[in-house]
Amino acid sequence: MRVSKVRVLVGTKKGAFILNSDGSRKSWKIEGPLFAGWEIYHMKGSPADPDRLYASQSSSWFGQVMHRSNDGGKVWETVGNQFEYDGNIGPHKWYDNSPHPYEFKRVWHLEPSLKDPDTVYAGVEDAAFFKSTDAGATWAELPALRTHHTASEWAPGAGGLCLHTIIEDPKNPDRIVIAISAAGAFRTDDGGKSWKAINRGLRSGHIPDPDAEIGHCVHHITMHPAKPDTLFMQKHWDVMRSDDKGDNWREVSGNLPTDFGFVIDVNANDPETVYVVPITSDQLHYVMDGKLRVYRSKGGDDWEALSKGLPQENCYVNVLRDAMTVDRLDPCGIYFGTSGGQVYASNDDGDTWTAIAQNLPGVLSVEVQTLK
Amino acid sequence: MIRVELPGNLQTLAGTGRSVELEVRGDVTQRAVLDALEARYPALLGTIRDPKTKKRRPMLRFFACEEDLSDEPIDAPLPQEVVAGKEPYLILGAIAGG
Repeated sequence: MRVSKVRVLVGTKKGAFILNSDGSRKSWKIEGPLFAGWEIYHMKGSPADPDRLYASQSSSWFGQVMHRSNDGGKVWETVGNQFEYDGNIGPHKWYDNSPHPYEFKRVWHLEPSLKDPDTVYAGVEDAAFFKSTDAGATWAELPALRTHHTASEWAPGAGGLCLHTIIEDPKNPDRIVIAISAAGAFRTDDGGKSWKAINRGLRSGHIPDPDAEIGHCVHHITMHPAKPDTLFMQKHWDVMRSDDKGDNWREVSGNLPTDFGFVIDVNANDPETVYVVPITSDQLHYVMDGKLRVYRSKGGDDWEALSKGLPQENCYVNVLRDAMTVDRLDPCGIYFGTSGGQVYASNDDGDTWTAIAQNLPGVLSVEVQTLK
Repeated sequence: MIRVELPGNLQTLAGTGRSVELEVRGDVTQRAVLDALEARYPALLGTIRDPKTKKRRPMLRFFACEEDLSDEPIDAPLPQEVVAGKEPYLILGAIAGG
């Protein structure tokens, strides 16, 4: 069946934008800004109903607002914005190691259910896992994660104690993988009733015990739906791979020029082809040597720089953790947004790149919908 | 009618202009005005004050008649000029920039 449209959802520091193209992905129309002036941490469409979109809108002044669209982003309505922790609100660790009570700050990530457009998960700061089954009207915490036996030891990364990654296993609806900065990765196999820390094999020099059960600053995890037991992770430093649902990890940074970074994603047509954007270091949150390069690998270890169409001088942008995505076409389209307000796209598996938006506010998130 | 002036981001959210007019029954207090505002514009729930504790969000201020009422008791009567609709009740975001 011919694909007629690709819709890219871009969240920025000052509003949201929707970029539309046909299946060729050669010319683009930009709509927006939506929610002008507000930070849009994440905006994502339902796999079960592409017209159903959710958006997390937040502001240090005005707090958290949630939006829903039922028509692909033309009309939006506010939905529930009350995220109350369930039960006893214990402490986590603060930056100085002192106990600090959990306090809701914002929704970092929205993950609509694979099957039901009215069901959507939310990852929030301070780290907790919420679920709505009424299209965002109300939210309930699944508290087993925040009450995990390690939770009182979790400490925030520089961006806060945020639950930023939620991955549903398409072959097992009870299995969900999440990641928290800077606690690590966790997996439930029973729909959120219990969680297991899945950090074996991670080594992090910023914690006293480098291979501790928790304390790892996981930046992002990705999974190909056809191969859900294999996970790829961009950690603070190190690119990692697991082939047993996260139970064990091994480093696959290989020949990357730096293995610090935020984004990681997998080609839609090949579960072994993975992409990262290396960032200089945790002190220098911009690309190396003034050159914006995506790196591609077959399974990890051996990485190839992709730079055709990307700026190769005087470029000092960052690419944040939720700001890369892939469409479902063949060849695969890859999209990422930068702190400088550019959105780059490739319609040929990453071989060549084009700026499809150039002067937006700093990009916080990029998602794509492949529409039939 | 009570006149309430909103900061730009809340105007966008509520779909209003800068000033909205509200009918407030009974004693005209900050709580009563904010209750009426949220009832008329539910999109504003949680953006001005905590929905449970009713505590003001820390980076917002409430002014009227050239006075800062932000830390006044929420159930204290508002100035007569506000009650009479001659002066607005102002909701402001703390200044940003540098």
